[in-house]
Parts: sequence; C-alpha cells; structure tokens
Amino acid sequence: MSSTTNTTTIGTIGAPSRRNTELAMLVFAVLIPVFAYINVGLAKDGSVPAGVLGYALGVGLLAGVAHLVVRKWAPYADPLMLPIATLLNGLGLVFIWRLDQEPQITTKQLGGAMAPGQLMWSTLGVALFLAVLVFLKDHRVLQRYTYISMVVALALLIAPVFFPPRFGARIWITIPGVGGLQPGEFAKIIIAIFFAGYLMVKRDALALASRRFMGLYLPRGRDLGPILVIWALSLMILVFETDLGTSLLFFGLFVVMLYVATERTSWIVFGLLLSGGGAVAVATFESHVQVRVHNWLNPLELSNGGVTETAQAMYSFGSGGIMGSGLGQGYSRLIGGIAPKSDYILATVGEETGLAGLMGILLLYGLLIERGIRTALAARDPFGKLLAIGLSGAFALQVFVVAGGVTGLIPLTGMTMPFLAQGGSSVIANWALVAILLRISDTARRPAPAPAPSTDAEMTQVVRP
Amino acid sequence: MNKPLRRVAIFCGLLVLALLIRVNWVQFVQGDELKNDPHNRRVAIERYSMPRGNIIVDGKPVTGSTTTDSGDFKYKRTYKNGKMWAPVTGYASQAFDANQLEKLNDGILSGTDDKLFFSRTVDMFTGGNKRGGNVVTTLDAKAQKAAFEGLGGNKGAVAAINPETGAILALASTPSYDPSKFAGNTDKDAEAYNALQKKNDPDEPMLNRALRQTYPPGSTFKVVTASAALENGLYDDVDAKTRSPLPYTLPDTHITLDNEGPIPCENASLRVALRYSCNTVFGKISADLGNKKMKAEAEKFGFNDPEIDTPVRAAESIYPTDNRPQNAMAGIGQASNRATPLQMAMVASAVANGGKLMKPYMVEQLEDKNLNAIQQHTPQVMSHPLSPENAQKIQDIMETVVKEGTGTNAQIPNVTVGGKTGTAQHGENNKDNPYAWFISYAKTAKGTPVAVAVVIEGSDTLRNDIAGGKLAAPVAKKVMEAVLESNK
Repeated sequence: MSSTTNTTTIGTIGAPSRRNTELAMLVFAVLIPVFAYINVGLAKDGSVPAGVLGYALGVGLLAGVAHLVVRKWAPYADPLMLPIATLLNGLGLVFIWRLDQEPQITTKQLGGAMAPGQLMWSTLGVALFLAVLVFLKDHRVLQRYTYISMVVALALLIAPVFFPPRFGARIWITIPGVGGLQPGEFAKIIIAIFFAGYLMVKRDALALASRRFMGLYLPRGRDLGPILVIWALSLMILVFETDLGTSLLFFGLFVVMLYVATERTSWIVFGLLLSGGGAVAVATFESHVQVRVHNWLNPLELSNGGVTETAQAMYSFGSGGIMGSGLGQGYSRLIGGIAPKSDYILATVGEETGLAGLMGILLLYGLLIERGIRTALAARDPFGKLLAIGLSGAFALQVFVVAGGVTGLIPLTGMTMPFLAQGGSSVIANWALVAILLRISDTARRPAPAPAPSTDAEMTQVVRP
Repeated sequence: MNKPLRRVAIFCGLLVLALLIRVNWVQFVQGDELKNDPHNRRVAIERYSMPRGNIIVDGKPVTGSTTTDSGDFKYKRTYKNGKMWAPVTGYASQAFDANQLEKLNDGILSGTDDKLFFSRTVDMFTGGNKRGGNVVTTLDAKAQKAAFEGLGGNKGAVAAINPETGAILALASTPSYDPSKFAGNTDKDAEAYNALQKKNDPDEPMLNRALRQTYPPGSTFKVVTASAALENGLYDDVDAKTRSPLPYTLPDTHITLDNEGPIPCENASLRVALRYSCNTVFGKISADLGNKKMKAEAEKFGFNDPEIDTPVRAAESIYPTDNRPQNAMAGIGQASNRATPLQMAMVASAVANGGKLMKPYMVEQLEDKNLNAIQQHTPQVMSHPLSPENAQKIQDIMETVVKEGTGTNAQIPNVTVGGKTGTAQHGENNKDNPYAWFISYAKTAKGTPVAVAVVIEGSDTLRNDIAGGKLAAPVAKKVMEAVLESNK
C-alpha cells in the first residue's frame, strides 16, 4: 500500500553502532604498545629496535582485520572490548620481548626467546576470535550443546591428571612436539556454556522449591545435587591437580551463575561455606598447597639461604615504587626461570611501569570485566545473560586469583594473567571468550527488527473517513 | 535477573578494588622497605653499577674500584693495604653486603644518596661519567702505620685521638683481614669470607678490637679514679698524703688487696700512687667515694654510653652499679668494668685537653665526585669530666709516670708525655694471659696533638704490672712520634 513504514517503531532509531569509536580506540591500543616497544629498545641498546616496523604492522594488521570483521559481522557489539584486549595483548608481547632481552632467563634450556611464539599464538587467538564472530551467528546456538559441553569440559578438566606435573601443578597436557597446553583455560569457556544452558532450564526448580530456614531459602535435598557434584569436582581438581586457582575459578563461577539464575542469596552462603571448608580441609593434608600458603604468609622468608621467587616478586614491586624504573630498566629477571614471562609478568609491569602502570593495567582488566557484565545486563535472553555473566565472572575471578597471588594478597596459584602473560592456551582461549561476549553484546544492542506491517492497522485506516 | 547481576557487578568491582589497594600497599606503603631490603639484589647491583667513591686518608685513597665481569656487577671494590685499614674502612663485598664506613656512607660512595642529587642532576645534562662521592677521614696514615706495625703479630688494638678536636688519628686492630679478598662474588670470595668467620678462625680477624671489643681496663682506669677523687674533693693536692693503710682490706670483706711487689704505697700521695700504680690507694679512693660518684665520673668520660658513633658505633664501655668490694676493685680496673681501646684513648684525651672531652669522629667530610664538600664535620664537646685545674693536676702526675714511673718506655725527647700503664688480669684466677695496656698523650709547645690507648692481648711472659710499660708503651710511643712528625 501507500505506506510500508510504521509510525509506531521508535526502536529503529536505536543505539548507534559505535564502530568508529572502536576504531579510534584501536588506534591507541596499537600505538601505545608500539611506543612501549621503542622505549624498551632505547633503554636497552640506545637505539630504536629493528623489529619495530614489523611489530607495528603485525599488531596493526591483526587489530585492523579484527575491526573489519566486527564491523561486518557484529556491527552493534560493544566498542571497548576489542581495543582493551588488543592493548593488553600488545603490551604483553612487549613485556615478553623485553624479558627476552635478558640473556640470563632466555637460555636454550628455558626455551629461548618467547615473544615470536607468543605473537604466533596471539595471531591464532585473533583467528579464533574472527572465526567465532563469523560462524557463530547467534549465541543461542550454543544452548543446543549444553550436555556435550559438560562432557567436553569434564574431559578437559580431568585430562591433566594423566600428565606429569609442571611447576608443581597438574594443569597441563603435554603434547610431544607442540608443547604444553592448559586445558583449564578452554574449559572455563565451555563450562560456562554448560552452566548457562543447564541453569536456564532448571532455575525455576532451584529457585522456587525451597524451604525457609533462619531467613534463608534452603534448597531441597535433591536440588542440592548439582552444586555438590561441582563442589566435589573442584575439590578433586585441588587434590589431584594441586591447583587452588583452577579449583577456586570453577567453583566460584558456578556459585555466581547459580546466584544470578535463581536470585537466591542462600546459594552464595552455601557456596562460600562449601568452598571455605573444602579448601581448609584440603590444605591440611596437601603439602603443595601448604607450601603456597606458607610462602604467602612469609613472603620474604629465605629458603635454604636463598631468596624465594615470592620474595623476588615482592622486591620487584617494591623497587618499582610509584613511577617505576622505566621499561627495560628493571631487574624482574631476578625472579629466575621463565616465571617472569608467565606467572609473574605483573611483577615486571609493577617494577618497570611502577604503581601508576600497574594500576592502569588492573583498571583495563576492570573495564573489560565491566563491559562484560554490562553485556549481561543488556542481553535480552536468559541464556545470553547467564553466559555473559559466566564468562565475565570467570575472567574477573581469574584476574583476581592471579594478580592477587602475585602481589601476595592471596596464596599463589598456577594460572596466568589473561592476554598479558606468555602462554598459548591462555591467549587463544581469552580471545575466544571476548568473541563470544562481543557476539552476545551485538545481539543485545542490535535494534529490534522492524515489525512487519500490521494488516489490522491497515484495515483500520481503510475504514477511516 | 538484573538485580543479582548488579550485585555480581559490585562484587567484581570489589575484587578489582582489593587488587588496587593491595598494589598500593606493596608499591607505595611498603615500597621503600622492599626496595632497600638487604636481600634485594638490586641494592648490590646499584651499589656496584658505577665506580665506587673512595675512602680518603691524608688526601690519598685507601680504596679503589675495578671492573669485573661477574654477572650482575660491573665494578668491584679494591683496597690498598687492606689489612692495615680494615678497622677504618670495613668492607664492601658484592656477596656479603658491607660494614663500617663502607656501609654507613654507602649512599655517598655508591652515588645514590639524596645529598648527591645536585651532582647527579648536573651529570644528567652534561653526560659526565658516573661515580660515587668520597669519604674523607681524619686518620693519619703515618700514625696508622706505626700502630699497625707496632702491634705486629700480637693480638691487640690501638686507638689514637686528637684531644683538641676528637679526630681519630689511628685505629688499628690485629690480627686483621684483607677486605679485597672477598670483595667479589665468586666461590673463592665466599671461601675467603668463611675462613675469616669466628667459627673457622678463633682469633676473630674480622673483629674490630679498637672499637668493638671491651677489655678490663686494669690500672689505666686509675686515671679515672684519681680524677674522681679530685673532682669530688676527696683530695685536693696530688702531693699531699692520702689516708691509705697498708695492707688494705676491701670493705665488707676480709680480703686484703695486694700491690705488685714492695712499693711505697702506705699513705702515698696521688703522684706516688699513680707512679707506682698502687692498688691499695686507688681501691680505697673508689671505696671512699662510693659506687654512685665513681659511676658518675666514669660516665662523664664516656662509659655507659651505648651510642658513641664515630660514625661507626663503638661498643658500650661499662662502669656498672655494684656492691662495695666490687666497686673498690673497679677503681683499679679489675672488676666488672670494661672499656674499649677508644674509650681509654678518650680518657687520656680528656685529661690532655684540659678536662674537656671532645666527641671522637673519623669522617672529616663527605664530598661528591668533583670533590665539592657536601657535609663537613665540626668538632663537638662531649662532656667536661674534669675542671681545667684538676686536669692540670692529673696531667702533672701522669707525666711523672712517664718521667720516672712505670711508663718510662714512652718517653720522647723534648716532648712532654703523660701516660699510665695497666695490666689487666684475665680469666678465672688470672689463668689466661693478661692484657697489657698503655694510655698516654704527647704535648708540645704548639698544643696537644695526640692521645693514644694501646691494648695487647695475651702477653705470655709478663704477668705483673710492668707488662703494660714493656709491651704497650713502645707502641704508644711510636704512634705519638708519628703524629708529632706529621704535625711538624
């Protein structure tokens, strides 16, 4: 008829896509690490490093392609997540390259220079990010794989038990020729998908069928099943893989998602009691955990007359002070081994960029988490909400557990800083995580499609005089 | 689901906040403490990242710096005649930290002190080569050499002071050690260092006996007792008879106090009593004055002061609160009172300086690498243990000791020398070798440039009071001559 547009569609004006904001931010996210790279070279050799052009082009190309793909396949996605992830990954590469410049910790036995490998893993990570955005048209598709996800996640979590421990924790799968893989990093995404799917179906039963006791809604005995299973599983991780961080991450993730799904505070209380009790119980007989706790309580204690890694990390932070020693001018290599590039990368950040730089990095993580939670708030479907909060919650817990461990707030664990630290599994998995969050946020912010013209409305118009 | 989501958001915010607070705590609140922790290797790396400044004696450095290729450290400390100067310089080792002047002035020597801020800032613009500032000492190279060589193979120590300023002129301790042997960071350095430790070497070569070891002062303490007698008005005239019976029985006991051989001590004047070193006379003076007055006088000379910083802190010399017989024995330096060689040199210097005790010090000035003074020492009065008249009287009788008493070995032609010998018993029933003491000062027409204290441990052959005069006085004499020579 005469009019195909509709007078009642206020929604079509909708949210702007913000892709240009993202592009502007990305320029900063690429330039800052490039300047950092030049800074390191000037500090170490007094000249601009030869690889700077290649590095700038490489990171710029990755960021550019990622941006174009987001523009095409997820035009309404959150504009900040990609720049923050790019900045953290770029800075991580600079810090690893900077530590590669220290011959003492870049020997053949320790695996030599690690920045080229990390650049390759980052490229793979971005590739996975692109693949997720291109092929996952709608995050709700993942809901179909709820129980497959459970099986895969369990397999990934249990697999490291059959491999020898590395650095005191069994969180690695060793593949000859390829190297080590930390399945926990992937499991964190897959298990969030499982929880989201499972809880979306069961949340009413878990929330409503409960008894009131001392002001708390206690779940029925049979509804306790799933949480007890997950609790037992996380304790098993702690016992067999001797890693407090992974255990804390999975149990915390479950409690957070359960709370969001059921809106029942009792789950939090229940979860805290279970995790606290479990951790204390395990710590009383697990020597590896005891050592970690002991080092945490006595960070500067000498062991066999030598300074421990924990103490070296504390000295790094302290020596950095407020402004830091400057990139390339610190001594975080004293931590020894490859630890300064992986678990202790924050010590280098703290020493060389000081309190100012470290707080900046932590705020970047905080901002990324905040954008993730905002996505959860904005999502329209319960599965999307649960998945987004699960992924952001897991990310937040991981940042807290790692940064808290390295700075001595909590006992040290074997996980690494997302994006920043050396390690292929971590960087690939976290790019995939950001991709899923972007997909949810694109769906959430996408304007509602214009409703089909209502035939009723037209009928009404016709009879109008 | 949005309400719990908001709560989770707040929870995540709190997690990040906790991290921010923690890094502020570690990097800001605890930052300096961690930065300067002795186990923090950065301290040593910084210390040896540029040529270390020198410790200067008589305008010439007694230290140096050389490049090394031992890992983190670019430079290494070297010492010239390290054994002789170790009690002054201390050591600075890449592996074993530092002590004494090397440690106390580490900021200046390594160039990191805030006082060098200006010089560092200038360097930043002019691109001048980096190096630490210097520490200029008050020591007299000739006197130090005389002291070190005088002690020779004996175990002992010498401290010499300029009585007019308190400037330390010599500070020797034997057996000594060479700090350059373990200045580096290799296994050889560690071996050398371990061999010097007390458990491996009972002679304790790393012990700075001149400052850090206390000994029973023996008869040299009679100078303090005589001063107490005059200051408290017990006696006024050093040539008048004292009320001193022979034999003398210690108060509250039936134990008689003996003299060394048949010397004329009955009712002897202070001059005669000091000349022959009469135990009975000074024991009784101490008993007559009582513990409180004796302690007060000793404290004016510097006893019971735990913070005599030269700037290297000297061990505390003790005059304790004690019962009457013990206090009487303390008057002759044979009870639980103990003194460092520096303390006894301070006693001699206070007497020589007309009763005014100057605070001992050994750093004249701190300077930056361009020899601009950053900090200059000004002599300070520490106390007035004697009135000028009484100081004159004590000088008079101490000069008699050297002229015709137990200290004739310290005589120097054409120079007025006052002194006092001492031989302190050591061990239960005196079974260990005694300590031979000598304290003295030398006076010329131009002034009193030196007071010295010498102690030698374990002089096996000589057990009577003559030991001090035989063994220690010649060393004191050489040190005084060296100072007089440099003052000419």
